[in-house]
Amino acid sequence: MTITTGANEIDRRLLMDRSMAGRKAFTVPISDVPDQDLPNDELLRDDLELPEVSQLEVIRYFSVLSQRNFSIDTNFYPLGSCTMKYNPKINDELASLPGLADIHPLQPDETVQGALRLLKDLQDCLGEITALPGVSLAPLAGAQGEYAGLLVARAYHDSRGDSARTVAIVPDSAHGTNPASAAMAGLDVVTVRSNEHGNIDVQNLRELANENTAVFMLTIPSTLGLFEPNILEITKIIHDAGGLVYADGANLNALLGLVKLGDLGVDICHSNLHKTFSTPHGGGGPGSGPVMVAEELSEFLPKPVAELTDDGYVLATPKNSIGSINGFHGSFSIAARAYAYIKALGIEGLQSVSENAIIGANYIQAKLKDKYNLAADRYCMHETVLSATRQKKRGVGGLDIAKRLLDFGIHAPTMYFPLIVDEALMIEPTESESKETLDHFIAVMRQIDDEIDSSPELIHEAPHDLPVTRLDEATAARKPILRWSADE
Amino acid sequence: MYPEDLKYSKEHEWVRVNGNIAEIGITVFAQESLGDVVFVDLPAVGSEVEQFAKFGEIESVKAVSDLFSPVGGTIVEVNDSATDSPEVVNDDTYGSGWLIKVELSDTAQLDELMDATTYEGTLE
Repeated sequence: MTITTGANEIDRRLLMDRSMAGRKAFTVPISDVPDQDLPNDELLRDDLELPEVSQLEVIRYFSVLSQRNFSIDTNFYPLGSCTMKYNPKINDELASLPGLADIHPLQPDETVQGALRLLKDLQDCLGEITALPGVSLAPLAGAQGEYAGLLVARAYHDSRGDSARTVAIVPDSAHGTNPASAAMAGLDVVTVRSNEHGNIDVQNLRELANENTAVFMLTIPSTLGLFEPNILEITKIIHDAGGLVYADGANLNALLGLVKLGDLGVDICHSNLHKTFSTPHGGGGPGSGPVMVAEELSEFLPKPVAELTDDGYVLATPKNSIGSINGFHGSFSIAARAYAYIKALGIEGLQSVSENAIIGANYIQAKLKDKYNLAADRYCMHETVLSATRQKKRGVGGLDIAKRLLDFGIHAPTMYFPLIVDEALMIEPTESESKETLDHFIAVMRQIDDEIDSSPELIHEAPHDLPVTRLDEATAARKPILRWSADE
Repeated sequence: MYPEDLKYSKEHEWVRVNGNIAEIGITVFAQESLGDVVFVDLPAVGSEVEQFAKFGEIESVKAVSDLFSPVGGTIVEVNDSATDSPEVVNDDTYGSGWLIKVELSDTAQLDELMDATTYEGTLE
């Protein structure tokens, strides 16, 4: 047998596959208490499959796995709509202070005044940034923020006896969470079209808005990375019909200090702190999706809401609150990180965040648009959506391009979303990246386009240099193997 | 790519009419746009569907999409092999990859569908 160099099957074995009967990582100390008979020894099982490995093997296994992590700390990560910006390490340091990290959610309010002040200040910051002053930090993720916001909208209509409003209007370009949240909140979803410029089809919206409209959900900027030029007309149409306007704040990174959602006529929005306000993302979460509402809706917010009273800071329940949507106060440690970020930057710093995010995305768009079609040929906001239709005609789809990017140490863009764009590649560089990084990405994208004609097999077989190469996603989805089994 | 004996909808479904029974599936264009199909959700036999209304969902490695019925009527049969082995939709789009059979409520609805040439023209 010839042994191959580099990463090989020995390295790839799961911990269970490394198991050798009798091998141990730990020696249990000799018992210094009397033996006890178990009340029911039928509860004891000896047929559990557990890995029997040495301590070094456990350490090596997890150390190698950790080195395979791909993160913003190691590589460029232009995953559209996810705002994979740098998370300053000082956020973690501050959130780790004992007064913030070593407190318990059930401690009396008077013993955690500093932590409650942090929550109140963060509420005020988010209220100021969005011009929607009623804020609850309770939701644990963007989708839960949407759900909470929609329940607030329903509670508002119900409180006015306006209970026939059961419809949520959602654009065809929306994140899938929008219709899903609306359905969970008991609303019927109606889709409004986008027009050929990537904007809401205002005439279509006018036809759909009526006495049944509970809420219109809109992502600003849109999932195409575009600012909606008719936004004031749109919010007026909805308000004239008696509905509320919900803004999905997933793309808030484009608006900081530039546009306040409340000023546009938005009544409710959420913000993903893990996107816009630089807190850990994805598997490194937890997430946080505070919900912000106009003054007259704040009595319906989910509890708790931090308030300053004559007796100091307290966690209060709004008068007609929709109630709790999870335990305790939301993701406190994430709120602490976002607070650190906002306070470190200030309003001017936040404004340059958005300006630089917008400039970066437009720079990439301008440098690639001769090679790649654009979903909409106009200035974008913080992200640009390419449509790899020219490449598709030459035999290479969006997926292939995304896979080839991995060979260059670049995370794949968001693919095939928004659904209304063929072969979509959604690229969001964020404000964190240097011009050199953007130039490298642009050069790689141009080279990949050249490779379609010169060496297409390089693209079709990519990635080449990662621990695993091209995955069979169809079989993985059709016949998933979800747990280790001794038989396979 | 687009058999002459079928009717087509703008939502990229095909219809094969046999008496008052319409066999329905998705077109090659839809199948190729979706990529590898990994999950198909079909309605219960006996349920009613209106023309151009949603009757199910199809999921590929790219996206989840709604399925719209080109005709209205009662669902008399669904293709269990498409739910068990979704790859048949990719492999045999106009044959064993059919999805539902509908007993037509009104054969005049067929006039609202396209022939192969017209449908192919809409794809440009």
